[in-house]
Amino acid sequence: MPHPVLASPDLIRFEGDTPHLVGSRCDECGEVYFPATDSCTRCTATRMSPHDVGHRGTLWSWTIQGFLPKAPYNSGETPETFRPYGVGYVEMASGIKVESRLTVADETQLQIGMPLELTLIPYRTTGEGEVFTFAFRPSASA
Amino acid sequence: MAQDVAIIGIGLHPFGRHDTLTGRAQGAIALRAALKDAGIGWESVGIAYGGSHDAGNADALCNDLGLTGLPFINVANGCATGGSALASAVAAIRSGSAEFAVAVGFDKHPRGAFNPHPRDWGLPDWYGETGLMLTTQFFALKTRRYMHEHGITEDALVRVAQRAFRNGALNPQAWRRREMSYAEIAESMPVNLPLRQYMFCNPAEGGAALVLCPAEIAKRYHPKPIIVKAAVVRTRHHGSFEVFSPALAAQQAPAPTVTASRAAFEQAGVGARDIDVLQLQDTDSGSEIIHMAENGFCEHGEQERLLRDGETEIGGRLPINTDGGCLANGEPIGASGLRQVIEICTQLRQEAGARQVPGDPRLGYTHVYGAPGVSGVTILQR
Ligand SMILES: [Zn+2]
Repeated sequence: MPHPVLASPDLIRFEGDTPHLVGSRCDECGEVYFPATDSCTRCTATRMSPHDVGHRGTLWSWTIQGFLPKAPYNSGETPETFRPYGVGYVEMASGIKVESRLTVADETQLQIGMPLELTLIPYRTTGEGEVFTFAFRPSASA
Repeated sequence: MAQDVAIIGIGLHPFGRHDTLTGRAQGAIALRAALKDAGIGWESVGIAYGGSHDAGNADALCNDLGLTGLPFINVANGCATGGSALASAVAAIRSGSAEFAVAVGFDKHPRGAFNPHPRDWGLPDWYGETGLMLTTQFFALKTRRYMHEHGITEDALVRVAQRAFRNGALNPQAWRRREMSYAEIAESMPVNLPLRQYMFCNPAEGGAALVLCPAEIAKRYHPKPIIVKAAVVRTRHHGSFEVFSPALAAQQAPAPTVTASRAAFEQAGVGARDIDVLQLQDTDSGSEIIHMAENGFCEHGEQERLLRDGETEIGGRLPINTDGGCLANGEPIGASGLRQVIEICTQLRQEAGARQVPGDPRLGYTHVYGAPGVSGVTILQR
């Protein structure tokens, strides 16, 4: 199966069909970053290596985006067609919390601590087809 | 010991919407009012610091006030622009480089939420394009987590907004002057849950200005000079939970508000218990609640009880945002921090009319917080 067109391909690495988030890790102090950076704000080192941030986590905080964001948001929606979307910080295995869209936008279905897994969702359509971005969805286990 | 610096002139162009005035014109009105309050002319000012986010270079005010050749420093520090201008003006007087200094700010923002551009903040385009770069989201995410960790409920969010509009109704210069019922706020449109429409402040327009001089000569110019005991600006540390963060570090660090507040209390030689009236950045109800504890005015989790018991009201032990704060005045970024200082000066001068805190307020406190993680704190003394 061909991989979908991504808003930012550098953020994602595939293990088979399973997307993983790609970040960086400080060679000096081990601090993990997403997206990847070329310096460490913790220890000021500048030697970093690519790091697999993973594809499973737990919900650390969440909100529901209730209004259509202005540009540079480029989903192509109008105030009439806009559908609220979930946004959260997801705590990954290393302890880093990644800000992400959530597939769920229903407040009764969101709870801090719930297990989530990475997926890709279409968020805009161009002449060439759908463009995907990363998002987290509820999963059976963390 | 560095010499004390005093505020001898305050001037405000009321915040709100002023379709016929540019942002700069509102800044000029505020600045002329501050000079008049201090009883000095523009030609006496030795240095000026000013800022505006969306309404042009502050230094263009010289075209209105007069081309006297003075050094005019443009300040661009987000929500902390006013605090940074004030801290710089205080330092200039302390160093002896000017006798009279001005801190001024004005703004005029388009309607609706701010729309920052990722590259201006050192962030990748996808962060904005996919809908993750909104200040309102950050406030909601930080508030949600804080409520979870410290047992705060939605009740506290409603009460902060209710008090802001109640105080705004007492303030002839406020933008939002209508009291709102509990239900009206609690049932208002969800913007970024847990935060709703009337729990957020709006971008606005307005101007604010201060005139400062050495404290030892201040009484020649104003009968009630206000001493700046501390004016501190601090930026974020690795690990603090800041606006515009695609990720947060595994280990959390204190917010810049915490470090700015501690430094200010240390400089002033006073503690949170000594403060009689205060201003805390209230871009939204949740932020004000978090800022109560981050500035040392209560324990984490204690806020809900303080709000319910009326302790943060004008007549309470800890009167917060007596002029209605950002919620009732809106936020013209360049002017907002100086509006806070002006309100504290007004309270310490006992000139706040219907919203005057009772007793004999001697010490006041102001706090701003803004993107990408900068806080400004001042401590003011009558
Ligand atoms: Zn490091």
